[in-house]
Amino acid sequence: MKQPKFGIVVFPGSNCDHDTYYVLRKILDLDVIFLWHKQSALENCDVIILPGGFSYGDYLRTGAIARFSPIMNEVIKFANKGGYIFGICNGFQILLEAGLLPGVMIRNESLNFVCKDVYLKIENKKTAFTKGIEGKNSLKIPIAHGEGNYFADERTLIELEDNNQIVFKYCSNNGSINSEANPNGSIMNIAGIINKQGNVMGMMPHPERSSDSVLGKTDGSLIFKALVNNILN
Amino acid sequence: MFKAKVLIKRRKTILDPQGKAVEIGAKHLGLGNIKNTRIDKYIEFNVDTKNKKAAEDEVNDYCKKLLANPIMEDFEFTLEEIK
Repeated sequence: MKQPKFGIVVFPGSNCDHDTYYVLRKILDLDVIFLWHKQSALENCDVIILPGGFSYGDYLRTGAIARFSPIMNEVIKFANKGGYIFGICNGFQILLEAGLLPGVMIRNESLNFVCKDVYLKIENKKTAFTKGIEGKNSLKIPIAHGEGNYFADERTLIELEDNNQIVFKYCSNNGSINSEANPNGSIMNIAGIINKQGNVMGMMPHPERSSDSVLGKTDGSLIFKALVNNILN
Repeated sequence: MFKAKVLIKRRKTILDPQGKAVEIGAKHLGLGNIKNTRIDKYIEFNVDTKNKKAAEDEVNDYCKKLLANPIMEDFEFTLEEIK
């Protein structure tokens, strides 16, 4: 199969779209285009990325208005047909609002906007986004959000656990999961989840901000590379 | 035409970090009897229909699909005819 083509959706207020484009094109040498939120064609992309930012100013609730952008109808259809969708930070929030992933995001417990490197434990190493990432106790990837406090009711949490849908949890740098390592109050330290079918993933940390060695950390690139390899194989 | 007044309340089981923080302010003010502060949303708009039932249906739709997130919020509203 040929290299997968990536499409990055640009909403008004997206601000990590160019960083993600840079990483995919310049660091990983992949085929990538921008998709304006008002268009409906996904232009034969194999992976759709909903990038970080503050779509529509985060008015009402994070992601609540972007979820009704014209392109989202096609994104939902694409997801239902098994297409790969990767929501990062605000993109994750949009996926929750669109109902493509379960749960909600609320204000960080501290009320602070938290911008720092965190460590992530890979809870499910069999997803298309994580399979093949070996030899790491934890991934060092930054977060930058005010509303990353993931919440879901008990029934949803049991379902997430039973189906291995929790992909990443916040942990300390040796991989242990505890409340000190939780930057925002997320229930069960959840940092990223995937849908039951395994094609739609959302995570609050920003892998595109830790993919260029110039920045002194490259663990984020492992996720993009794993996805490409798993699509090709 | 009707004026809609919508109140959107976060479920009691869901933490309200803003309410908690504001309540710390109340304590600092010396208002020691304030408990369970919750910050919710109040939204007003007009609905341009002649018939109240049609207005109700449209407001319900607006609340369910956009204004409130049914996973964590409940809503209630009133409609008042504007002459």
